[in-house]
Amino acid sequence: MAMEITQFLLAAQSADAKVRTEAESSLRQFQEQNLPVFLLSLSVELANNEKPVESRRLAGIVLKNSLDAKDTGRKEQLVQQWMAIDISVKSQIKDLLLRTLGSSVPEARHTSAQVIAKIASIEIPKKLWPELIGSLLNNMTQQDRPPAVKQATLETLGYVCEEISDQDLVQEEVNAVLTAVVQGMNLAEHSPEVRLAATRALYNALEFAQTNFENEMERNYIMKVVCDTALSKEVEIRQAAFECLVAIASAYYDVLEPYMQTLFELTSNAVKGDEETVALQAIEFWSSICDEEIEREFESPESGDSEPSHSRFIEKALPHLVPLLLETLLKQEEDQDQDDTIWNISMAGGTCLGLVARTVGDAIVPLVMPFVESNILKPDWHCREAATYAFGSILEGPTIEKLSPLVQAGLDFLLNAMKDGNNHVKDTTAWTLSRIFELLHSPASGFSVISPENLKRVIGVLLESINDAPNVAEKVCGAIYYLVQGYEDAGPSSSLLSPYLTDIISCLIATADRTDGGDSKLRSSAYETLNEVVRCSNIAETSHIIAQLLPVIMNKLGQTVEIQIISSDDREKQGDLQASLCGVLQVIIQKLSSTDETKNIILQAADQIMILFLKVFGCRSSTVHEEAMLAIGALAYATGPQFEKYMAEFYKYLEMGLQNFEEYQVCAITVGVVGDICRALDDKILPYCDGIMGLLLKDLASSELHRSVKPPIFSCFGDIGLAIGEHFEKYVPYALPMMQGAAEICAQMDTADEEMVDYGNQLRRSIFEAYSGILQGFKSVKPDVMMPYAQHLLKFIELVSRDRERDESVTKAAVAVMGDLADALGSNTNTKLLFKDCAFCNDFLGECLQSDDEQLKETASWTQGMIGRVMVS
Amino acid sequence: MAPHDLRRPFKRAAISDQQKRRELSLLRQAQNRRDAQQQARCLASSILSLQSPVPESEPEPEQPDIDLETAIEAEQESGASSKDLDVRRASKLRGPEVRKWFARQLMLPEWMIDVPDRLSQDWYVLARPSGKRCFVVSSNGTTVSRLRNGSILHHFPSALPAGAKTRDGSGSAQSYCILDCIFHELDQTYYVIDVVCWNGYSLYDCTAEFRFYWLNSKLEESGACSPPSYYHKYRFSAVPVYNCDQNGLYTAYTGVVPYAKDGLLFYNKHAHYQTGNTPLVLVWKDENCSQYVIDTDSKGEIPSQQQVVLELQDNGKLATSDDPPVVFGCLDADMIQQSGLDSGNLLRFAISDGGLSFSDGKLEKADLNYLGKSNRARAFADSYSKILFQYTVRHSPLKIDDLLASINSPDDQENKSCDMEMAG
Repeated sequence: MAMEITQFLLAAQSADAKVRTEAESSLRQFQEQNLPVFLLSLSVELANNEKPVESRRLAGIVLKNSLDAKDTGRKEQLVQQWMAIDISVKSQIKDLLLRTLGSSVPEARHTSAQVIAKIASIEIPKKLWPELIGSLLNNMTQQDRPPAVKQATLETLGYVCEEISDQDLVQEEVNAVLTAVVQGMNLAEHSPEVRLAATRALYNALEFAQTNFENEMERNYIMKVVCDTALSKEVEIRQAAFECLVAIASAYYDVLEPYMQTLFELTSNAVKGDEETVALQAIEFWSSICDEEIEREFESPESGDSEPSHSRFIEKALPHLVPLLLETLLKQEEDQDQDDTIWNISMAGGTCLGLVARTVGDAIVPLVMPFVESNILKPDWHCREAATYAFGSILEGPTIEKLSPLVQAGLDFLLNAMKDGNNHVKDTTAWTLSRIFELLHSPASGFSVISPENLKRVIGVLLESINDAPNVAEKVCGAIYYLVQGYEDAGPSSSLLSPYLTDIISCLIATADRTDGGDSKLRSSAYETLNEVVRCSNIAETSHIIAQLLPVIMNKLGQTVEIQIISSDDREKQGDLQASLCGVLQVIIQKLSSTDETKNIILQAADQIMILFLKVFGCRSSTVHEEAMLAIGALAYATGPQFEKYMAEFYKYLEMGLQNFEEYQVCAITVGVVGDICRALDDKILPYCDGIMGLLLKDLASSELHRSVKPPIFSCFGDIGLAIGEHFEKYVPYALPMMQGAAEICAQMDTADEEMVDYGNQLRRSIFEAYSGILQGFKSVKPDVMMPYAQHLLKFIELVSRDRERDESVTKAAVAVMGDLADALGSNTNTKLLFKDCAFCNDFLGECLQSDDEQLKETASWTQGMIGRVMVS
Repeated sequence: MAPHDLRRPFKRAAISDQQKRRELSLLRQAQNRRDAQQQARCLASSILSLQSPVPESEPEPEQPDIDLETAIEAEQESGASSKDLDVRRASKLRGPEVRKWFARQLMLPEWMIDVPDRLSQDWYVLARPSGKRCFVVSSNGTTVSRLRNGSILHHFPSALPAGAKTRDGSGSAQSYCILDCIFHELDQTYYVIDVVCWNGYSLYDCTAEFRFYWLNSKLEESGACSPPSYYHKYRFSAVPVYNCDQNGLYTAYTGVVPYAKDGLLFYNKHAHYQTGNTPLVLVWKDENCSQYVIDTDSKGEIPSQQQVVLELQDNGKLATSDDPPVVFGCLDADMIQQSGLDSGNLLRFAISDGGLSFSDGKLEKADLNYLGKSNRARAFADSYSKILFQYTVRHSPLKIDDLLASINSPDDQENKSCDMEMAG
């Protein structure tokens, strides 16, 4: 039944593009015409030891891609296709795959292991492949099986564990898998390949081992094997074993106490003397312990009986751990600051030191300061950089009281160090300054290590150093970012920055214009810092400066449209630059339109700005520019009804944005902009509503579109309803069933999943917002349109009101929509009947009236009045 | 177990401004949406236009203190004002339009020419302060009082919600109040006789019962009743409201209040706040509780004959401002021709000795004597209830004892006759 496809598979990898394309299309045709035979043929190819490695490898990859995809919609489709295939064909394929695990060709074994795991991820949860675990374990227990089979089997077990969840296996299966895996790690019995595969499999199987870790004997055994494996001769196996320890630190923190002495020695030796790949994992072990303890510290002690234990491992290990980490800081590499992909032991050590500081607070300071003091003046740059890095790392965690004298004493030194002869030292110094400004400079709350007197010097140094090498300049941008952020909403203190604003802005623009930055990172840092500068400036004192910035940025944006585009690289660069500039424009628009005195500046420039945005949109054919869309929302808000004149030209981009399923952020932003435009135009949006509503409904119905966009779409229905009032009537038969459907989904949502709970809250709030807007739109013109939907809405409110876990914002929206319903439907017999039957109203209103939230109380009183009005009159 | 993510490079924390911009945009949009819905909820978004950057382009016609005669006269002016309150439209008004709109928003009592049924069960009574009737609007850190014609009386800080720019920040745009007040010149106090919106919540469609309850609990709490201070230029005071039983009526009538009384106001407990004339709020007065019982002329003197203002209609009929209008008489075509009158003109008449005659409680005939065109400041003719009240005051006034008696009587229905008596 299987077809011979070797030639096509080989041709599909040909260097000749024509041959390749033809082969690919033949394969696709085959796949479309007869999927079962196609998949069977692929597995036959993969299983056949006489076929070339190349065709077997591709057969495996195509097979895998026929079972799984990143996109959830596509994946669901593939699963359905697989499920529809005749059971006898499927079992033939599975047999072939299992047989391939015994192949003499390593690549075939490896690919086969991956494909088995993909099938397992579909079939195991549905209990459709009960014999899989058994047959894999059979490979392990039979003495005569060659090491290659065992290695491939362990690899398969690891992948399978990675794909399925621990609920998919019964405890006996888990026990058997763990036994097989842990035995596979046994030094005496197995080859290095088998032990490596076993250790990696254990990493994936650890999640299944809850019950086993609760049992002291089993736990001791697993821990002993892992610790022994961490001392293996082979570096890859040691690394894999340490990765297991990292996973154990997170998953089984509560039971680690008895092993900590051993683990400290093990990790300590690895950090000091092992290969870097192993040492990095050893440091990661301690970082993970910190993560656990920070989280446990953060959870309030009153949170109830299930309070997780806090064993204070870091505190206990502190006197030994800190020196260990400080030593790593001296192991910098030359040029590590030039390449963002570098991750080495000194960086991992510094990161861990920062986490330790957050875990233990003040206690770390006396352990680190002597290191700082003794190294900061040494001639070797490694020492000076390490000292600065150590100082910068401990700025978060200890109290302000403990830190501020040290920082105040050291600030001048750091400012001088911006002239150090070494690039790394300057890089780390600028970073340390940005940490200081981020953490110890908050004039808005009345505290800062920078006095008004030394602000001038601080800014002077920063604006000089911004001309340094690109990596240093980028860190200086960060420092300016946090420096200005401190003055946001800082009352009178915000004036302190005003005299320097012009200089800061021109330096940032000059930095953005630099051409020595290599990639665009320095440029976007400069623009993003500029945004923060605009956002945090004192508008009353600096509006003229920002008004002058506006044409500068508009001019730059205009120039991007002229850039010659030859390659896709050029296109990308143009897009990035436009993104940055649209971002700045958005911030300026928002800033200037925030006060009546300055809004006019935006209104006067609105036509020109809009022309620019339309040009930016015009630079692309298939997608809309996300940042331009975001900025247009701000512009619509600023211009109000005047925005109408832009609609004719802008509308097609709005449509494009609403149709962008793949880049769901773009879609989400466009939905938000529709809301802005509704509020700006009111019923003047009517001519565009058919199109917009059609697309929004399509978005809602799409399984492709990321679910996070759906709540904003419901809210947007409310915006449209409020804007066009009675004209919403024609959309009611389409929109309302969607809202009711979503309400029913909310009712059935999994409340154990925190992420779903969050999503559920968003969805509920947005459904209420939709009803509110629509009801308000129909109020006093055509309230009867909504009468048929009232009962369902009240039931939904009731359901939400009974949910104790509901979010405060959901409560507010629910209480408000109840009032809107009474208000809009008005006083008549039907409305009376509706509310008469709803006993929950009083309980719910009572609960809200007792809230501490004034706004909620007021809303509830109002709603009470509205319902009272219906009932009394 | 999923492989742990590579630890975030500690020293390379990227500033993601894009994410921040997205989040700030979402926040702004959510806030705008809340404001918009809240605005719709509270109806009175018109108030926002008070803060419109466009200044009221026409200079505010300086209103010298309106003398009480005009104030009372003005009471009847807007009889035909629209009943529908379209605040969404009003919110878009700018400049002088705002003034016009406000001029139509007050609820105007009819004059009590007979005693309503169930007075003691369904009605409240209060002693009306004499002074300038106005709307007081607090919003966005300032407070504005507007007279009946929409012009501004005072612009001042107050302790009403959103009424002053205080150090702790003023309320947001959606927080505002609209109060129906009488400004009492002598003690420089705003006496609040009704509440239309409080702290963003519309009470237009609420019963008087609910509105008074709300007013009493909120006004005191806001601090608006405190003595004047830097952030609170005028004192506000609630007017005591009584159930219209014997005690209540008697207390309102005789009780000592810190202000000069100008009659009694009766509110039907179930009535909503309704713009323009309404029979669900009534005014009544006699010499004991008002200085101004009988209308005076422009010199402040009581004319020997009652004067009325009527509107000339197309067919020559002379009608009141009521909806539907009540016809008091007819002018013949010759006379209209000779005097150069047009339909729509407001004409002043004296009621001569023949007086008004009624049959079955309906006006049958009026003995009118043409005096001339009315003052141009007038926008509307008199209402039927006003003419009748003034007429009875001169002939057989409805006395406080009649009111008290109607409450006493086991069957309120009996009081119907009182109307007939007066007419006779």
